[in-house]
Order: sequence, then C-alpha cells, then structure tokens
Amino acid sequence: MSLTLATEAPPFDLPGVDGRNHSLDDYADAPILAVVWSCNHCPYVIAWEGRMKALQEEYGDRGFRLVAISSNDAENYPADSFEAMQQRAREQGFNFDYLYDEDQSVARAYGPERTPEVFLFDRNRRLVYHGAIDDSREEDAVSSRYLRDAIEALLADRDPPVRETPPVGCSVKWKG
Amino acid sequence: MTVELLYWEGCPSYPEARELLEDVLRERGLDVEIRVTHVATKEEAIDLRFPGSPTIRVDGRDVDPAGAEEPPSLTCRIYYLPGGRVSPVPSRQQLEEALA
Repeated sequence: MSLTLATEAPPFDLPGVDGRNHSLDDYADAPILAVVWSCNHCPYVIAWEGRMKALQEEYGDRGFRLVAISSNDAENYPADSFEAMQQRAREQGFNFDYLYDEDQSVARAYGPERTPEVFLFDRNRRLVYHGAIDDSREEDAVSSRYLRDAIEALLADRDPPVRETPPVGCSVKWKG
Repeated sequence: MTVELLYWEGCPSYPEARELLEDVLRERGLDVEIRVTHVATKEEAIDLRFPGSPTIRVDGRDVDPAGAEEPPSLTCRIYYLPGGRVSPVPSRQQLEEALA
C-alpha cells in the first residue's frame, strides 16, 4: 500500500552509486524533495529519465532535489544490480542521487508499484504529490506536466494542482 | 500466416501493443487471428523463449529479431526506435516489415 497524501516521508539510509550513503536527513535543506522509484531495465524509466535530469537541472538552484531509488530484485533482474546502476548513472550523466534499496525495506515503507513513480514532499516532508512524472512517455505528446506543475506550485507556496495520478511503468520487482 | 502476441501482465504495454498490431493488420487488409498467450511464470517464459512483454511473432519469427535473443524473463521488453529512442512496444514500421 502506497503512502497517502500528507504522510511524512519514511526515513531511509541507502548506498548511492557515488559510493556514499544517503539518508533522508541529508536532504533536510531542500525545500522540495522528489523520491522517484526507478531502475535500469525498464523502457518506461528510460523514456522518462531525460525529463528527470531536466527537472533537476532546471529547479536545482531553487532547492529542488530529486532522488531515484531502485529496489528491484537484482538476482532475477541482473540489469538492476548495484554495479549496473553505477554504470548507467555514469553513462547517462545523472545529476541526481541514485540509491540502491537492496533489502526492499524502503520500498515497503513507501509502497511504490511502478517505475518510474514519484513521491513529492514539501519542506515539512509531507507527501504533496504522488504518481507519474507527466501524462505521456512520449515527450512530444505530453499535455500535463504533473511533477513540474507541483514543483512550481510549491515554489509559489500553493498546493499542487493535481495531487495524485496513476503511475505508468514497469512493476517493482519484489523478491520471493 | 500466424501472428502471436505474448505478454506478461506486470508490464502495462500489452493493450497498446495489441491495438497497434490490430491496426497494422487492418491497414494491410490481413484478416488474421492473433494468438494471444499470457506468460505468467518464469518457467513459462523459458519454455516459450519469452524475452519480455510484449513479444510479437509472425510465422514464428520475432518482429525484432535482435531483441529476441535476450534471456527469457518476466519483464517489460525494450524496443529501439529509429533515432535511438526507446519504446516498450515495437514500432509500426517493425510490424509492417514483419507482416510484409
């Protein structure tokens, strides 16, 4: 079951592809935090990855931080191993932290179903938006930019115009 | 001509792939029944040589032969479009060429 709106962000402390651990507290200075469930092998993630980078690039200097987490079972999906994550981040030049939730405990706390799937938190770390990045994996066909609009709203001290949307993507690959 | 569509329900691309396939068949005037197979387990994926969802075969030949070589897996399949873009479904062109 996914987090419900207004719920406080569950803590995490996970290894990143940069070789360091990153905890929720490390992002305390960021007034807007997007935790995005992600992975390597999913074509939907690959389709949206560029937009994740673009949002971090565009809003990073206004306090927005995007953190991607992969919780996928790397035993059955070796393309999602930590080593493969490091390689992908290097090849694609990720400008956001990419963390590995190997025991899936953080995924169980947040309850994502898909990759990519966004959990957006305000400065009090209350969930204010949950769902898709926008409404089309084809960038040319996007008409509603849910995450971007939510970020803009938070920057203007308003509530996001859309609070929840169904995420579209690959299922999270649970163990067992 | 036999047309097979294999899918795994953990990937949301099946309806789009089926719609695209039906559209291309209709456009080409081909009145062919699509044999749909739901792949539910890893063992079935191995038995059916299923590299991911969706997989479409015409007369037993994968519409994306390169991708067919991927190991059997319950996953969303990656298709590479002209220009290097990635898609979870084959391109219309791939289907048209396979059905030609």
